[in-house]
Amino acid sequence: MDIIKKILVGGLCLLSFNLQAAPKIHHWVSDHGAQVYYAHAPGLPIVDIEIVFNAGSARDGKKSGLASLTNHMLSMGAGGQDATRIAKRFEGVGAVFSNTAGRDMAVLKLRSLSQKQWLAPAIETLGLILRKPDFNKKDFERERKRYLLSLKREKQNPGSVAARAFYKAIYGNHPYANMTKGTTASVKALNQRDLKTFFKQYYVAKNATIAIVGDMDKATARKLVDQLMKGVSSGKAAPALPKVAALTRSRVIRINHPSTQSHILMGQPGNYRGDPDYFVLYLGNHALGGSGLVSRLSEEIREKRGLSYSVYSYFSPSARKGVFQIGMQTRNDQVEKGLKVLRKTVKEYVAKGMTKKEFEASRKNITGGFPLRIDSNKKILGYLAMIGFYNLPLTYLDDFNKKIEAITLEQVHETLRRRIVSEHFVTVIVGGA
Amino acid sequence: MRVQKSLLRLGMSLFLISGSLVSGFSQARVVEYKLANGLKLIVSEDHRAPVVVSQVWYRIGSSYEHNGITGVSHVLEHMMFKGTQKIPPGEFSRIISANGGRENAFTSSDYTAYFQRLEKSRLKVSFRLEADRMRNLRLQDKEFQKEVRVVMEERRLRTEDKPESMTYELFNAAAYAVNSYRTPVIGWMNDLQNMELADLKDWYQRWYAPNNSIVVVAGDVNAEEVYQLAKKYFGSLKPSENLRRPKPQIEPAQKGLRRIQVKMPAQLPYLLMGYPVPSLKTAKLEWEPYALEVLAGILDGGDSARLSTRLIRGKGMVSSAGAGYSLNTRMSTMFLLEAVPAQGYSIKQAEAALIKEITDLKQNRITQDELNRVKAQVVASNVFERDSIFYQAMQIGRYETVGLGWRRIDEYVPRIQAVTAEQVQQVARKYLKQDRLTVAELVPLPMNTKKGKAGKGGQHGHH
Repeated sequence: MDIIKKILVGGLCLLSFNLQAAPKIHHWVSDHGAQVYYAHAPGLPIVDIEIVFNAGSARDGKKSGLASLTNHMLSMGAGGQDATRIAKRFEGVGAVFSNTAGRDMAVLKLRSLSQKQWLAPAIETLGLILRKPDFNKKDFERERKRYLLSLKREKQNPGSVAARAFYKAIYGNHPYANMTKGTTASVKALNQRDLKTFFKQYYVAKNATIAIVGDMDKATARKLVDQLMKGVSSGKAAPALPKVAALTRSRVIRINHPSTQSHILMGQPGNYRGDPDYFVLYLGNHALGGSGLVSRLSEEIREKRGLSYSVYSYFSPSARKGVFQIGMQTRNDQVEKGLKVLRKTVKEYVAKGMTKKEFEASRKNITGGFPLRIDSNKKILGYLAMIGFYNLPLTYLDDFNKKIEAITLEQVHETLRRRIVSEHFVTVIVGGA
Repeated sequence: MRVQKSLLRLGMSLFLISGSLVSGFSQARVVEYKLANGLKLIVSEDHRAPVVVSQVWYRIGSSYEHNGITGVSHVLEHMMFKGTQKIPPGEFSRIISANGGRENAFTSSDYTAYFQRLEKSRLKVSFRLEADRMRNLRLQDKEFQKEVRVVMEERRLRTEDKPESMTYELFNAAAYAVNSYRTPVIGWMNDLQNMELADLKDWYQRWYAPNNSIVVVAGDVNAEEVYQLAKKYFGSLKPSENLRRPKPQIEPAQKGLRRIQVKMPAQLPYLLMGYPVPSLKTAKLEWEPYALEVLAGILDGGDSARLSTRLIRGKGMVSSAGAGYSLNTRMSTMFLLEAVPAQGYSIKQAEAALIKEITDLKQNRITQDELNRVKAQVVASNVFERDSIFYQAMQIGRYETVGLGWRRIDEYVPRIQAVTAEQVQQVARKYLKQDRLTVAELVPLPMNTKKGKAGKGGQHGHH
């Protein structure tokens, strides 16, 4: 046991280490009103740009799938150049363009070499997509068909079926209830005009957050933003989303599926970005199911009983309360056993809180692992976009460890008891009987 | 045509500059050391962030396994977290976690690897623990009985309940009649059900030793200091005396098209096709694997590549399509094509469309414009990859375990740049022959009926 002791003693020095300074974040507002977040990263000849519009599926209204399809169509034709021509313009200079829409965010991303001869054509193409997407009928019909097939394909995946039922049960009439890709019926009902209207309303400067990281000085970054946003109308920021109502009763939903395993999801509305309990819940969840093999759920479900390969719990903070989700998958005949252990473990954890040992171990893992959060341009870009989009303090990264270190065990107990109401959990089970 | 011309020019200038593209930036410095007991240490210095990734690679994976014990490399990987003579089960992970670390492990056909990502001063924690479990693992039946059930759950999650994964698994079993790439990394379910602790013990004793492992460290470290640390922790480990070179298992020449169906409950049909091709390790002509990489790029290198422009968007015949080839495998491999037919089109039509693209590549040379675009993407992505020290370490480990050696990583970009349109045509003609093709078709059975369930008999590989 000698080795363990030595290592743990080493571990105690952890908090006194002077860890990496977070990148310096610069913030400004562009001429048309876009919020810009920039960090200089001269180590590699790369520039990363992420443009986030407050235009995720929470803005779909009754037209579920609208935000996602609008975002998807942006690179399918712009300024009279078709999808192939646009792709050639990016790929011919080795640039990687990608786009996606979630519940809150509609994202466009570009990664390019930083030298001007490669960067400039890529930026020009990105600008075209931002200003003048065509939404051609033929392209729209084709991509909609692909969406419909992909929705159909989801139905063969028990995990996707479970997620869909889980969100619906947790959110009811709230916009977060829908999956971003919509449903077969809602996607069939969409038309080009819907997309154009949506684009016009939400893809505007005042509704945009731009994050830039890489081998580019600040003055050049400013010029780049001006060039990108030139011709994008100012518009208005999207209004706040409605609050998420708390669950009032427990629900168990069982869905038959011809799979050998059942997928179990359990949870409730969780927390939001900027939530005063954010850091406490992050720490509080860490020992429950947020730390891989060493978490309590993993210990009970996987290590002690061999019931599941993957078992976890997490908060998914969003503009409004995202899900608090617990999940596992197990052979169909072990479902009841799995459910019993999950419920008992969560109940006990919330009632009694973390042990002192768990509390210390989680703190050490979170603070000691901080440099790993920002060890690449890609990760820093993600933080900038998040800080900007959710209007978090520019010192978010600088304060991260301090916030964790300031939390007391008592605070974790009190917060878990207040925020996690396992008696009202939604439980979804998808699998064979 | 103006745009294309200017792209062409850009493409040309790209190659001229690429040699010096990264000079002046934090170019990784790679150093190799060898310990007296046979352990190889490779350090890649990258000082952009105060972090380190430590990976321990073993030259062992599913392609070393024989029938009856398939999956044993992967189950052993799971058991490596179950304690040594000094450390109780689960403690390894707790120590790494308390040190702020992230950890995991992965198994493939050619290798098994363990890694930790840590703040840079913690490297010794990783070394101490990895050295301990390299030779002193305590394989207990109680832990094994639970863990093999976890692996069976993993198999259900990854394969049994995923119609496309099941198709891929059975495709491999058909496309390779002999070569051990035919067996799935996770193992056949029946072999997992019959696995014994003794199988793992044999495997561990034989393959887990300093003379069969490569330690790769990347990040904000000093190579010489890492070497001293490695000597301290790994230096006293005894080498394995019964390492065996794996047999070549060369696949007999295919004598005609092979076709299988996989019937199971699913929503969409799926088509998977493959041709046997050499890897960089097995190629007699060194340029051929690079030409095959370019060929894969011509078909599937982004939205401007042929499968997207011609099949998904142009004809609208397929809803998704892909082409894939990886040159760093230990033995010869497959050039793969896949597609999901669009609504209103059949698998047969999707197959014909893919074959037509292959025929085109044999009959006509690719354009200079296409070739330049693939090369531009390769040059750029080679720079992009440096943003991840984990990826850098992965590349080193892969090249080492398949027997190429890490020094050949740097050849990749110049060799790709040297590929000509004619060479792409040559490899297409030489390797993408109808008589060497294997086709697997996923035939969806209804999802909601008893009949649908009964159809799962297909998963046992009767085809």
